[in-house]
Amino acid sequence: MNLTGAEIVVRALIEQGCRTVFGYPGGQVIHIYDALYEYQDELRHVLTAHEQGAAHAADGYARATGKPGVVIATSGPGATNLVTGIATAFLDSVPMVAITGNVMNAQIGTDSFQEIDITGITLPITKHNYFVGAVEDLADTIREAFRLAISGRPGPVLVDVPKDIQIARCDYAPQPPAIPAPPQAAKEVRIRDAAACINAAHRPFIYFGGGLASSGAQEELLALAEKIDAPIGCSMMGVSCIPTGHPRFLGMQGMHGHYACSTAMHRSDCIIALGARFNDRVTGDRTKFAKGAKIIHIDVDGSELSKNVPASHGMRGDLKLTLQKLVDYVEPARHPEWRQTIALYQSEEERNRDNRPGLTPRNAMQVLNRHLREDTPVATDVGQHQMWAAQTLCFRKPRRFLSSGGLGTMGFGMGAAIGAQMATGEHAVLVTGDGSFGMNLNELATAVTEGVPLVILLLNNGVLGMVRQWQTLFFDKHYSNTVLARQTDFVKLAEAFGAKAERADTLEVLDAALSRAFQYQGPYLIDCAIGQDEFVLPMLPPGGSMDDMITKVGG
Amino acid sequence: MDKRYTVAVLVRNQFGVLNRVTSMFRRRQFNIDNLTVSETESPDYSRITVQFAGERVTKQQLVDQLYKLPDVCSIRELDNENAVSFELLLIKLKNDPASRGDIRAAADAFEAKTVDYTRDSIVLRVTADSRRIDDFIDLMRDYEILEICRTGVVSLERGADTIRKVTNL
Repeated sequence: MNLTGAEIVVRALIEQGCRTVFGYPGGQVIHIYDALYEYQDELRHVLTAHEQGAAHAADGYARATGKPGVVIATSGPGATNLVTGIATAFLDSVPMVAITGNVMNAQIGTDSFQEIDITGITLPITKHNYFVGAVEDLADTIREAFRLAISGRPGPVLVDVPKDIQIARCDYAPQPPAIPAPPQAAKEVRIRDAAACINAAHRPFIYFGGGLASSGAQEELLALAEKIDAPIGCSMMGVSCIPTGHPRFLGMQGMHGHYACSTAMHRSDCIIALGARFNDRVTGDRTKFAKGAKIIHIDVDGSELSKNVPASHGMRGDLKLTLQKLVDYVEPARHPEWRQTIALYQSEEERNRDNRPGLTPRNAMQVLNRHLREDTPVATDVGQHQMWAAQTLCFRKPRRFLSSGGLGTMGFGMGAAIGAQMATGEHAVLVTGDGSFGMNLNELATAVTEGVPLVILLLNNGVLGMVRQWQTLFFDKHYSNTVLARQTDFVKLAEAFGAKAERADTLEVLDAALSRAFQYQGPYLIDCAIGQDEFVLPMLPPGGSMDDMITKVGG
Repeated sequence: MDKRYTVAVLVRNQFGVLNRVTSMFRRRQFNIDNLTVSETESPDYSRITVQFAGERVTKQQLVDQLYKLPDVCSIRELDNENAVSFELLLIKLKNDPASRGDIRAAADAFEAKTVDYTRDSIVLRVTADSRRIDDFIDLMRDYEILEICRTGVVSLERGADTIRKVTNL
């Protein structure tokens, strides 16, 4: 059938299985929005308050499902407002397709109104991007964008569609949704070598990241852990990939990771790293990181092998397929001494646990735990609250903890929570802080308009707590620009947006407020005041190693 | 220990591909010694040849990062053992009666050809491997060099194998 480019954009999105898009209209996408009007029964468009919110919503949609999230923005500022959202998705390997409008081909390169070189701008933060020069290429370009976004290591892809291409007509015939490039196991001989290395180990440790959920290799990982008697830890991106309560799981590793987990990894003689990249927040000082360990590293992205930490056995391949073979090749083993050592680390962690009564961040998270169902998606923003949530919340299903790991984007949570709610149909939760919430709270408007059932737990300490923590510890308490002397009344603010809200100043009130919030079919904010000098512990000082871990501050 | 590496990259012949490749080098701070781009036997592909000095892990990282670019079709690491490599030099020297004879002698030794000759200047052309071109330039520093331009290396594998036999998975 003969369609305009704008119709082809919308038809191609539908053809690719997309049913919800997030976006914001403008002059250079007005034709696409006209097509969205025409096809509104088949493709739901969610209007956000700001393009950044739309990008984070598409990201949250993708994180919660594994399917590519789609965002549409106009040229110029619309496109540049996507940049933080695209970069967030890129750093956390989240599949996303961003469609931007641009000025007519004839005007490209003339600095015309709202013209921007968005393919140039997003070059380093996309897997790939496209400028569509002819309407005949449009449908295939969008298909290719979807294929790339979900192939290998997922990530964002941008398609820039000039206005004349949206107006031009050509023939269009629907095609089936793109299939990702077929996953492949690592080379057999490498897997066998790695298995020999694991068989020789006395203190094996399995460390996984976000790649585990992307590959869907949870079962294989647990089978390996069982067979070789290894404890399991994860990077922050791995949180929720396997059940928090699994007996082998020591929790999150790294700068603010669980003591037993970080210590076990550091003392291991064989680290099996799966879909993780040994980020500096994970290793601390790399020259001192796990010196006694051989590192077996499996990743679908070959460039991650030996990029940050030299791998003795680096294998490029799909986790699931590679682990299936590795589990066969390793010998069953038992490591009673290693288990005992780990039990000691765990009791040390227990001793240092913050057991203060009252409305402490940890207790607030524990109360929230009582309200989480196994399908509840929990998004966070970035800062102390994010770490408390990652450390304390309990998950039973993968893709239920949504947090900006690589880029560390404050303001990520509102959009992400909205996207995750729409993707799953579940009552969603946002754990945020007053600093992060202040960045993109405009998306409350979206949540109200769309009637998004969303519990917003705002840990309000009146400071930029994470930076303040560093200033306390390393900058002689020079609280430079981290005290928010704002007079914002978050309850009134939420109400002004049309949301419900209340204040919680004790654990009991918080518990009751959460019950009310989960009953309400719309956004419900709980303003929960916490102390400004709460710390995220343990903490690896910047540039320090696991031996320098701070587990207690003051008395 | 730093070693000099030559990597040939077959890329899709599309607008902006060179920018994608060099942008990756820039943001990951790969220090490139020289880079050439040219047409190939097929209008669908261009060929980029990159030379750089570094450690083996750096080279591996560069190759792995290149493979992640969707426009990269194939990569071949080339060295003196498995490939022939040449570079072209144009060098403009002051035409001085006192040095003219010495320049001519050196030019003969390097099989340099005189491609421009005026009262005040001589332009020589040398085709050789990069090391030999370095040596020739070094020799010419004894005289007055007015201008230098060199192409960067082009390199082809010896024998019947071609870069298109290695494909990007």
